[in-house]
Amino acid sequence: MFETTVYLDNAASTRMDERVLEAMKPYFFDLYAVATSQFGYSLGIEARDALDTARAQIAGVLGANPEEFVFTSGSTESSNLAIKGVALALGEKKGRHIVISPIEDFPVLHSARALERQGFRVTRVRVDETGRVDLDHLRESITDETILVSVQAANQEIGTLQDVKAIAEICKEKGTLFHTDATHSFLRVPLDVREVPVDLITVSAHTIHGPKGIGGLYVRKGTPIRKWMDGGYQEFDLRPGVENIPGAVGFAKAVELITPEETARIQAMRDRLLERLLNEIPHTVLNGHPVHRLPQNANVSFRFIEGESLLLHLDMRGFAVSTGSACFSRSLEASHVILGIGGNHERAHGSVRFTFGRYNKEEDVDAVVEAVKEVVAELRRISPLGKE
Amino acid sequence: MPLPYSAIVMEHFRNPRNVGRIEDADAKGVEGSPACGDMVAVYLKVDPETHVITDIKFESYGCASNIATGSIITELAKGKTIEEAKKLTWKDASEALGGLPPIKVHCSVLAIDGLRAAIENYEEKHGLVKERKPTTVELVKKRLKRVVNPVVGLDIVRSNLVKDVEVKDGVVRVVLDLPEDHQFAAAIKEDIVDKLEPRWDVNEVIVEFTE
Repeated sequence: MFETTVYLDNAASTRMDERVLEAMKPYFFDLYAVATSQFGYSLGIEARDALDTARAQIAGVLGANPEEFVFTSGSTESSNLAIKGVALALGEKKGRHIVISPIEDFPVLHSARALERQGFRVTRVRVDETGRVDLDHLRESITDETILVSVQAANQEIGTLQDVKAIAEICKEKGTLFHTDATHSFLRVPLDVREVPVDLITVSAHTIHGPKGIGGLYVRKGTPIRKWMDGGYQEFDLRPGVENIPGAVGFAKAVELITPEETARIQAMRDRLLERLLNEIPHTVLNGHPVHRLPQNANVSFRFIEGESLLLHLDMRGFAVSTGSACFSRSLEASHVILGIGGNHERAHGSVRFTFGRYNKEEDVDAVVEAVKEVVAELRRISPLGKE
Repeated sequence: MPLPYSAIVMEHFRNPRNVGRIEDADAKGVEGSPACGDMVAVYLKVDPETHVITDIKFESYGCASNIATGSIITELAKGKTIEEAKKLTWKDASEALGGLPPIKVHCSVLAIDGLRAAIENYEEKHGLVKERKPTTVELVKKRLKRVVNPVVGLDIVRSNLVKDVEVKDGVVRVVLDLPEDHQFAAAIKEDIVDKLEPRWDVNEVIVEFTE
């Protein structure tokens, strides 16, 4: 193993902030009881208070009411609840058709596939070469049987932001529910449910320097949805199980610590990285949208080389990044996102994602650029491609 | 958890031997493609009298194990006659590297295929080829032994994934004992097509899955 000195895979997960841990500690050792009703014992009532406070705080940054925010174990569960929960509530009553984008992250993609196996019809709406949804095609795709549209707020790999407001308005006009996976854009790109008529939003804590194992789903008041996992009556009867109070408290603390100033600092680092990579390394292309993209995300493809080799060479030099190469994936399949935006396999295999977070320093940018330049040159020397 | 690669793999990855092209090569073989995510090119210089491989170089587009196996096969083949070199297997390559993770064994197959392609190219150029053999079920099964099941790192024939093979009018049909939505279904299918489609008398390769 090699020592990682510069971590640039913050989209996968982030380093938790110490202040988050400090906020969580009392709920492991002192206020460890389950959240009881107001008629319970004192320790349980205090735990309930902590949970309610955390909920109100997180709902607040989305412009929502506390009773519209359900805690879950993370984004995967949130998106499963949104899609399968709506299907359970409306599949029989209204119809068995949903619309997604082809570049969704796996929780949405595979929840849709699971419904397909049960006889639901799934339309995958067209996206352009930057990953943005074709709004006309979306409008055409929604029928009277459509019970849900699920389109992400930001892409996990290429960082492309969708026009969530326009999509939400189309769904509202067409009378269908709209879910958005905002795991990667939460608090880095503003989203307020008082301005955007979205019905369900997936969010997560571990992508914003909070703890792993806690996330949430915003559910607009009155949205037809049923729990798909059976158990007790917790979380407004949508998510059974003993509440993760330390997690909820840590999530709320992580939310509190994100500032627009920090996002601007992160974006400046990202901008410098992209500018240098694209200008200084020939045969390098940007993946995703040049303007409508997550402030923390850079994703480029280096032609003639393969991403896993590049990743390993960078790892040996202390840099952690990610790639859409098949060799790196658990299924040996190339990134469905790069292929989904019309990129070929070579572009997917040579794609590298750099994602910034709170603990990156300005000087890291130049260090990683120098390392990438060296490694790309070495791998191109070995490669049979690009030499004619 | 340590790195998935052995120290020998890492050493060859960092310092690959015999990298590059031979401009006046006697033969060249290429296997894989950018679309598959890995590709190996092998260049040979062969003594016309003794058929000894006097020089060999390779180029690689691929992951760490692709680069390392490309490097090791050049070392294994150098100084051998083409008859001896033809008998090298992916197991020899993998063993010389101190083993490969199961999911990466297909990379050693690709490097061996590259070497074999270069030797075939030499034989064709120098009138050493016997008659072109037609594609039979037996030959298909032999080729399928070079498709690796990433779950176990063994080929799909030995790991009993191949349920049925049919060859008829230039169409090869392979039935796999694997559900279509298995984690590796798409990767294995692609590999099978890559191994069979280049055959001179094959027009179409159909891979079917069982539920």
